[in-house]
Amino acid sequence: MGRSGELPRGLLDRFRAVEDGWPEDDGCPILHVDMDAFFASVELRKHPELRDVPVVVAGGSVRGVVLSANYPARVFGVRSAMPVARARRLCPQAVFLPPNSADYREVSTGVMRIFREITPLVEPLSLDEAFLDVGGALRRLRMTSGEIGQDIRARVLAEHGINCSVGVASVKFVAKLASGMAKPDGMLVVPRGETLAFLHPLPVSALWGVGKRTGEHLERLGLETIADVAAAPLARLRRVLGTAAADHLHALAHGRDARAVVAESAEKSIGAEETFEVDHYDRVLLRRELLRLSERTGATLRARGLRGRTVSIKVRFDDFTTITRSRTLAVATDLTHEIYRMACVLLDEQVPPGAVRLIGVRVEQLVAGDGAGEQLSFDTPDRGWREAEIAADEARSKFGTSAVRPAALLSKDKPLLSKDKPAPR
Amino acid sequence: MKIRVERDGLADAVAWVARSLPSRPPVPVLGGVLLDAGSSDGEPGDALTVSGFDYEVSATVGVPATIADGGRTLVSGRLLADITKSLPNHPVEISVDGSRMTITCGSSRFSLPTMPVEDYPQLPAMPQLAGELPGEVFGAAVAQVAIAAGKDDTLPMLTGVRLEIGEGKLVLVATDRFRLAMREFPWEPNDSVADTAVLVPARTLAEAAKTLGTSGGRIELSLAANDGLLGLSGAGRRTTTRLLDADFPKYRQLLPSEHSAAAVIEVAPLVEAIKRVSLVAERGTQVRLEFVDAGLKLSAGGDDEGSAEEELPVEYTGEPVTIAFNPGYLLDGLGALHTDRAHLSFTTPSRPALLKPVDEDGNVAAGYVYLLMPVRLPG
Repeated sequence: MGRSGELPRGLLDRFRAVEDGWPEDDGCPILHVDMDAFFASVELRKHPELRDVPVVVAGGSVRGVVLSANYPARVFGVRSAMPVARARRLCPQAVFLPPNSADYREVSTGVMRIFREITPLVEPLSLDEAFLDVGGALRRLRMTSGEIGQDIRARVLAEHGINCSVGVASVKFVAKLASGMAKPDGMLVVPRGETLAFLHPLPVSALWGVGKRTGEHLERLGLETIADVAAAPLARLRRVLGTAAADHLHALAHGRDARAVVAESAEKSIGAEETFEVDHYDRVLLRRELLRLSERTGATLRARGLRGRTVSIKVRFDDFTTITRSRTLAVATDLTHEIYRMACVLLDEQVPPGAVRLIGVRVEQLVAGDGAGEQLSFDTPDRGWREAEIAADEARSKFGTSAVRPAALLSKDKPLLSKDKPAPR
Repeated sequence: MKIRVERDGLADAVAWVARSLPSRPPVPVLGGVLLDAGSSDGEPGDALTVSGFDYEVSATVGVPATIADGGRTLVSGRLLADITKSLPNHPVEISVDGSRMTITCGSSRFSLPTMPVEDYPQLPAMPQLAGELPGEVFGAAVAQVAIAAGKDDTLPMLTGVRLEIGEGKLVLVATDRFRLAMREFPWEPNDSVADTAVLVPARTLAEAAKTLGTSGGRIELSLAANDGLLGLSGAGRRTTTRLLDADFPKYRQLLPSEHSAAAVIEVAPLVEAIKRVSLVAERGTQVRLEFVDAGLKLSAGGDDEGSAEEELPVEYTGEPVTIAFNPGYLLDGLGALHTDRAHLSFTTPSRPALLKPVDEDGNVAAGYVYLLMPVRLPG
C-alpha cells in the first residue's frame, strides 16, 4: 500500500535489487514486507485465468468500497478504499469478486509465521504488511539483510502463491517507503550511507505523518521535497506545524527514525464496521447496528481472550466526512453490553445528526484477558452478563451466528437459524 | 468604574473564581468574571466583589479595594486570571471606559474588551444556613470520600458525594461501583434543619472544600434541597453548586457485617511495596495479596511479562488466602486512611474487602471505611 515514488528512474534503479545483486545492505537491519494487492492476489490463486485482467475485490453491496485491486485494474486508476461505483465507472470491464476474509487471515497467519521463523522481532501493521528487525538473525542465518529479503519473497511465493515487495533500510520509515517503491514484486535496498540521497528528491507527501493538511502547510512554505524540509530552519517548521509535528518531520527528513521494531503478538484494537446499502438518519436503526457490531466485537474479544479499556465509534457521513469518538472505561471489558452502552453514549453525545454511510465500533487499549483479572463491582452478580455472553458464544459456535442474538436484533423476515449452518440436533 | 487593589488579593480571588468556569462556555458571558465595585452613584464601598457563574457552580469572593468610582464589569475569566497571575507586585488599578477595561500595575498596562453585564445571569442567592463546622475537618472528610466517586458522567448518580444530615451526625459517601468510601462524624446542624440527604457533584465539592478548608476558620454549610442547591462559605468566599438529581445506590446493604479474615498492616511500607510491584502490572492490572500466618506476599505480573514480588510482615488472622486488587484503587484507600496502620478484612477473594484506619493504641478507629471490590483472578 506504499505511495508510488516519484524518484527519478535512474536513482530508483540504483537501489533496486536485481538477480543476485543489490546495493550494500550492511547496517540495514530493518525490513518492511508488504504483500502486493493482497486480497486480489489471494483470490487470483483460485482464478489463475484472471491473472492478466483487471480484478477488484470489494464488499458485497453496491455501496461497498474497493478492498483490493490487482495491478491491471490499477492501470485504470482503481484504488483501495474507493467506492465500488466509482471503480466500475473507471474500469467497467474489471471482474469484481467478493472478499473471503477467512482466506486472507489464513494466508496472513502463514506469512507472519515465515517472518517469525527468521526473527522474533516482527511488527505486523495489518494483515498484509510487517516490519522485521533482522539485525540479530544475520549471524545465525549466515545471510545478509538483502538475502533474507529475497528469501522471504521466494518463500511467500512458493508457500502461498502470492507476490510481495520488500524494502531494506537502516530505519523503519525508509524501509516502508522503499517497499512501496519496489512494487510490484520487487525489492529495494537503501544503504545506510545513501539514505539521504534516496529520501531528499522525494515529495514531502512521502514523509510518514504528512497528510493532506500538513502537505498544504508545507507547500505554502514552499517546501516541496524532503530535501526542502531537511534544509528548512526548525523554528520555521515549528511555527507552522507545532513543535511535536515539526520535530518529527525534521528528524524524518534527516533520515532519523528512532522507533524500534516492536514484536507485538496481540492486536492493538479489535472492532467491526458496516457500510450501509443506503444512508441512514434513523438513530434507532443506527443504535441497533451498534448493538450488532458490539456483539461481533465482544465475541472476537472473548474468543481471543482480550479485554479493552477504550471504546470508540466511527461514523462516516454521506459526504465522506468521518469522525471517530472514544471514551475510556474505568475497567477493561470484553462484554457486548458494556461496549454497546458506551457506543450509544458516544453516538448520542458526540455525533451530529446527518445521513450516515458507515458506522463502526472498536475496542482499544487491549490487555490479555488471561493476565488481567476481572475487576468486580458491587453490582456484579455471581452469574451475570459474562456467563450469558459466553454461553451465547458457545451456542453460536455450534449453531451459527444467528442462533442466539439480542432480541433487538431479531428480524421478522429472517429465519432464526441461518441456513448455511448445521441445524440444531 | 475606577478602583485600586492589592495585587496578591486580586490574583488569588480571580484565580479561585476562574477555576470553576467552564473551559468551553456555551455562550461567551458564562466564561466571564464579574467585577463589582458597588453602585456607581451611591456611597463608594471598600471591597471589590469577584464572581463567576455557569448555571452549575457559582463562586464569589470579596477583595479589599480603594474605590474611587463604583460600577460593574464583565471580562474573560481565563484571560483575567492569566494576567493577574503574572502582574508584578505593585498595587493594581482597574478602570473601565466605555467597552474597554484597563489594568495598570507598575509599568505594565493591559486593555481588555468587556462583555455586556446585562447578559450575565443573576447569581443564585445563598440558600438557608444548615450549620457550620471546622474547615479542615470538612476539607479532610470530603477528600477522603471524593476519591471513590466515579468519573464516568454516563452514570451521573456515581459522580457525586452523598451528604446525609441527621441523627446528630454528618455522613459523606461516594462510590464508583468498584469501591466505596464513607466518612461520618458527629455534627449538630441548626435547629431548623430537617434530616436530609443530597448528592453533590464530587469534583466541585472537592475543589471547594479544599480551598475553604485550607484557609482555616469555619465553613458554613447552606442547603436548599428542594431547589437543588448547596452553598459553602468561609474566609470571605462563597460558592454554590447545583445538586445532582439522581438516585444514589442503596449502599448500606453493601457494607459487610462480618469477616472471616483480617490483617493489620503498616501503611507506608505497604504503599511503597504496592508501587514497586505494580510497575510490572501492565495497564493497571491487579496486584495479588497472598496472606499466610507469617506475613503477606505481594506480587504482580506473570509468566509472559515481567513479574515482581515482595514480602511484608503483618498480623493476620484467618485461613491462608490470595486476594487481588487494582493497585490504584488500593493505594487510594490506603492514602485516605490518614493513619500509620490499616485494618484490612474480607471473607472470600470475590467479596468486598474493608479497609479501616487503626489508631495509635492499635484499635480500629471509627468514622471511616473504604470498601473495595477485588479483582477476580483468571482461571
